[in-house]
Amino acid sequence: MGAEFVALSLPPLLIGILAAVTCALPGNFLLLRRQALIGDAISHVVLPGIVVAFLLTGTIATLPMLLGAAGAALLAVILIEGVRRTARIEAGAAMGVVFTSLFAAGVLLLEQSDTSAVHLDVEHALYGNLESLIWLDATGWASLVDPVALSGLPPELPRMALALLIVVLALRLMWRPLAMATFDEGFAATLGLPVRAIGLGLVMLAALAAVAAFDAVGSIIVIAMFICPPASARMMTDRLGAQVGWSVVFAILSAVLGYVAAGYGPLWLGYDNSVSAAGMIATVSGLILGITMLIGPRRHPAGLARQG
Amino acid sequence: MIWQALTLQLGYNATLVALGATLLGIAAGVTGSFLFLRKRALVSDAVSHATLPGIGLAFIVMVALGGDGRFLPGLLLGAALSSGLGLLLIAWMMRRTRLSEDAAIGAVLSVFFGAGIVLLTVIQSMNAGRQAGLDTVLLGSTAGMLQSDALVIAAGGAVVLLLVLLLRRPMLAVGFDPDYAAVSGTNVGRIDLAMMGLVMAVTVLGITTVGLILIVALLIIPPVTARLWTDHALRMVVLAGVVGGLSAYVGAAVSATAPALPTGPIIVLASFVLFALSMILAPARGGLALIRRQMRFRRRVHRRQGLLALAVGQTIHEPFTLALLRREGLARADGVPTDAGRAAAAKALLDEARWAALRADPAHGLSASRYDALTRIETVLTPDQIAELDRQLPRPKEVS
Repeated sequence: MGAEFVALSLPPLLIGILAAVTCALPGNFLLLRRQALIGDAISHVVLPGIVVAFLLTGTIATLPMLLGAAGAALLAVILIEGVRRTARIEAGAAMGVVFTSLFAAGVLLLEQSDTSAVHLDVEHALYGNLESLIWLDATGWASLVDPVALSGLPPELPRMALALLIVVLALRLMWRPLAMATFDEGFAATLGLPVRAIGLGLVMLAALAAVAAFDAVGSIIVIAMFICPPASARMMTDRLGAQVGWSVVFAILSAVLGYVAAGYGPLWLGYDNSVSAAGMIATVSGLILGITMLIGPRRHPAGLARQG
Repeated sequence: MIWQALTLQLGYNATLVALGATLLGIAAGVTGSFLFLRKRALVSDAVSHATLPGIGLAFIVMVALGGDGRFLPGLLLGAALSSGLGLLLIAWMMRRTRLSEDAAIGAVLSVFFGAGIVLLTVIQSMNAGRQAGLDTVLLGSTAGMLQSDALVIAAGGAVVLLLVLLLRRPMLAVGFDPDYAAVSGTNVGRIDLAMMGLVMAVTVLGITTVGLILIVALLIIPPVTARLWTDHALRMVVLAGVVGGLSAYVGAAVSATAPALPTGPIIVLASFVLFALSMILAPARGGLALIRRQMRFRRRVHRRQGLLALAVGQTIHEPFTLALLRREGLARADGVPTDAGRAAAAKALLDEARWAALRADPAHGLSASRYDALTRIETVLTPDQIAELDRQLPRPKEVS
């Protein structure tokens, strides 16, 4: 089990965990600010951003992809705000107009350009290919301390770890102003906090998480992890710090259980093919949300708090 | 080629598909309008993504029973069942837990879609040969559409339109003011349910043409586009139907010309082009109208301030103000007022003095709040009131 596990399962499992946590962290604030669907919109517009970056540079190197996706996220946020104000319509509809159009443009560009040489297609964008991120140089647990073998790690792993590090640092840095702007934007503004910049910073952070995770695991995990672990955590506690902690626990749990269920579940049931790990992780996060919604101590809406 | 496609000369099958898509587009635009008025546009995103596990399960069940997994009515039934379940879950989450609507939508959307992806990979491992084509439910394709499928879609679209026609009054009432609708005897819950049912029907019908990721665009973009042009609800609904139908028609026709062009994205982009044009051109809410309003406002401010400056004998240094006054024949190039200019300046000064008197008098509180240094007092007060006001004024000064 050891050698095979380290080579075939450990890297995707770690990448899955990192991606889940990276998305769940900013997801907490998006959820509290009632911007949960911004995560949905961002994960859709990442596709055109990446396609355009690919068409401009001709490679799928990380930096141009990241810049393209971040640019697309910024463009989407600006467009949503512009449409909302100019046309004077509700934010949800403005969001629906913008992200579907950008996504459609991305799909069309992708279908029209020759991307067969590189690994870039719509299915990959949607549910990634977590299972393929294997570590061929590993021969066993000893490889974890072997620099030669470590250099053969799938590049998504250090990249995802870096993204998580940036997200953690950024959240730590802007924790207090972000918390204040999240719970009472008007109060934060009277204190002189740049609430608009904070909001935009959060969206950019979410975009970073989405882009990094998207590359490794596809957008379906991104959306699920933005929303489900924080929502589950919300059922458990009334404190922001505790909520963030719970969401990390739930994200890790979803990634581990989902990956194991996708890889080994069918085998236990007697089939010989595994199923999509990304889809399974999203499903497990939904099951966790379902359980916490039924038995979580803080599940009730404010008005129903006293009922059993 | 494109011209031929747009004039329906690509053969019987392509024509049928284009007409089916058009009917679907009309139904989507019309139904989406009510959803938009109810401010729940993004619920359709959850509805559409939640169809995927149902489609997968329906496929598996039909194959297990020895049938053809791609039998459209069966897939549509599965899609309807699972998106219905998704809708019930959203309603339950909003009622029984502290989650807000956007979180409920996002949770249902991502989890159902994830489960659907799992089922798709199960199907892939089941029987690689026969699953070809189930991937098209993601982005839609009319390329391999059967005549019977096109007929199912067209008939479904027609039924949806008929139901909307029957339910339009209560749905409008609920959309505008649910509380008022409730006290005047409308069962808001039931009408919401009917509306979501119609949205679900459109989504399910649109899966094969537009694909389940983008069908939400056909429910949102046409109503928003129509909203830009009119403030009249039923006109908006009809216009949204036209925009939706036109987009779907153009999209289906264009994608029929080349197999590499996926239908869904083209339909969405066609509707986006109509939306973008409307954003620029629409009379009240469009970008051009906005710019025109702002320029008009700027002219009014400059004219008023210029006249007040003339009235007290100050020189005008602002070139725009001077040009404006010259064009209207109120001042000469050197800034000296003409006779008409003197009259207008005196009038502006009098107006300003009357406003000052009005604002000093607490009895006129409401009228005084209309003061913006631009509105003429005649548009706020009656001649009697103005005469009354004038009695409190010091004698108007002569403009020298």
